[in-house]
Amino acid sequence: MDVLAKFLQQLINGIHVGSIYALIALGYTMVYGIIKLINFAHGDIIMMGAYFTFVCIVTFNLPIGVALITPVILCLLSGILIERVAYKPLRNSPRLSALITAIGVSFLLENVFFKKFGQNPIPFPQIINPSPISLGPLQISRITFITVLISVLLMILLDLFIKKTKPGKAMRAVSEDPGAAQLMGINVNSTISLTFATGSALGAVGGILYSIAYPLIDPFMGVMPGLKAFVAAVLGGIGIIPGAMLGGFIMGIAESLTKGYISSQLADAVVFGILIVVLSLKPSGLLGKNVKEKV
Amino acid sequence: MNSRLKANIINTTSIILIYIILVLLIRIGFINNYYEGILIEMGINIILAVSLNLATGYLGQLTLGHAGFMAIGAYTAAILSARMNLPDLPLLLVSIVLGGLLAAFFAFLMAIPVFRLRGDYLAILTLGFGEIIRVIILNMKITGGGKGLSGILPLTSFSTVYFITVITVTIFYTLINSRHGRAIISIREDEIAAEAVGISTKYYKTFAFTLAAFFAGVAGGLFAHHTLVLDPKDFNFIRSIEILIIVVLGGMGNLTGSVLAAIIITILPRLLMGFADWNMIIYSVLLIAMMLFKPGGLLEKREFSLNGLLSGKKKSQGNTPVKNEGSE
Repeated sequence: MDVLAKFLQQLINGIHVGSIYALIALGYTMVYGIIKLINFAHGDIIMMGAYFTFVCIVTFNLPIGVALITPVILCLLSGILIERVAYKPLRNSPRLSALITAIGVSFLLENVFFKKFGQNPIPFPQIINPSPISLGPLQISRITFITVLISVLLMILLDLFIKKTKPGKAMRAVSEDPGAAQLMGINVNSTISLTFATGSALGAVGGILYSIAYPLIDPFMGVMPGLKAFVAAVLGGIGIIPGAMLGGFIMGIAESLTKGYISSQLADAVVFGILIVVLSLKPSGLLGKNVKEKV
Repeated sequence: MNSRLKANIINTTSIILIYIILVLLIRIGFINNYYEGILIEMGINIILAVSLNLATGYLGQLTLGHAGFMAIGAYTAAILSARMNLPDLPLLLVSIVLGGLLAAFFAFLMAIPVFRLRGDYLAILTLGFGEIIRVIILNMKITGGGKGLSGILPLTSFSTVYFITVITVTIFYTLINSRHGRAIISIREDEIAAEAVGISTKYYKTFAFTLAAFFAGVAGGLFAHHTLVLDPKDFNFIRSIEILIIVVLGGMGNLTGSVLAAIIITILPRLLMGFADWNMIIYSVLLIAMMLFKPGGLLEKREFSLNGLLSGKKKSQGNTPVKNEGSE
């Protein structure tokens, strides 16, 4: 029983982190699906979300609801701005140039926050009462509960948005074929902006949830979760939205089980090891379709 | 006197001249230790960039794990040089070559899964391999783990780096303009067509990837004997990205562009030192601006050529075989 309880505990921790990774991975995968760009600056949207929340709560003392919505809106706007300024001019350039610009934007954001807030990690305010809920031998923290709830809710909303609404359909159309989408009267530019907005907003929520789980924020905090979320997106098949969710959960659970049973230092290696195994067996990710090459 | 011989003479003379001038400047103290360190880092970055350019620029496969190979080379060379009894120069050469060979060996093993993939999947897989290498080094005893490896002999000097850089660039230049180089470029241009004309794409992909890893390992060995302390953090994926920045900035598949960009990227942060804590912000803004205004890289497809400059000819364009180039 004890063994089982420990396993379940690790599993729950994994789902907790995994749901955050999944939220962040959605931003990567949506942007990739639509403009085939690995948006390296997405990890820094996470960091911005955390810092904006910190400023709203600690500096401006805003009520908690406003303090949580404002950063999401700010990140959403930054996402649009970043795309307009840094990526849009390069849409017809070699893809690697846009990748380097994304890295440049990432460096820029990190260093602007570094200059403003300094290098030392700042404690993130406690928003959710961390007292655990007991379920038999299991202790589930309220944080875990709320995080998973919010993430799953957002994913369902996103799925509905993509499948049922007009802008959502436009997004799918542009990612399938931008030229044809334009001929059908879809405004490609605003659809791309919308994609960045949605992705960044999800990233901001992910960032806030991440800082609630690990309540120390620093200017470079977005790099590692960003990288892992990106790996999650690739694992599930990049550009595929359910793939990002699946990949996120797999990453989180694998990481947490490794930390619990093998070694916390090796967790990163195991995560990448899984990626290598999966890609060796399924070269376009778990849910990716293997496109046959035509001459 | 045919033009190739003439070009070779001009290049060799200029390489030696630059060397003599730099050594003289070091001797009279005009270039102090600090600047000499920058020159050494420049050389290391040139080797890294030129080798990555083979895999990414000429072969056309985006790889993000170059720092991993650099790490293998650095640690191997550092550990070996501490355990061997040889005079300084042979000791450095033997250990960096062995470090490079080990890096190449791992690249060879990785090539099997890596080249089953395409495009960004390949990129992210190499990134994964790079990170795994780093985590393994972090967990090994012989590498000093997270505390880092110290007590490395100071074997890297300006002269060794200068000549190893020149040799590396020459090797890559010769390779690119040989039939093997053309085979590699043809894979970038159209893999299926390359295969159709009888080029073994698997062989050339593995070859280019392994060779790039070998030189990354050599650069790592030079780096180890220059910084004297190794920390696994030095080899995270940000390092791979820094090398990629140099390659893209110089222009994909442009050897002299890589050399020029490596020099700029090494100096730039130092030049910006005067702006105190604004330096990294300015650096990133410059990076974005350079990409926005020169998306094809600083030199785009033109190779810098000393001979072209001397004879006042138009610089050679794009895919026409480039007769020559200055190495520094």
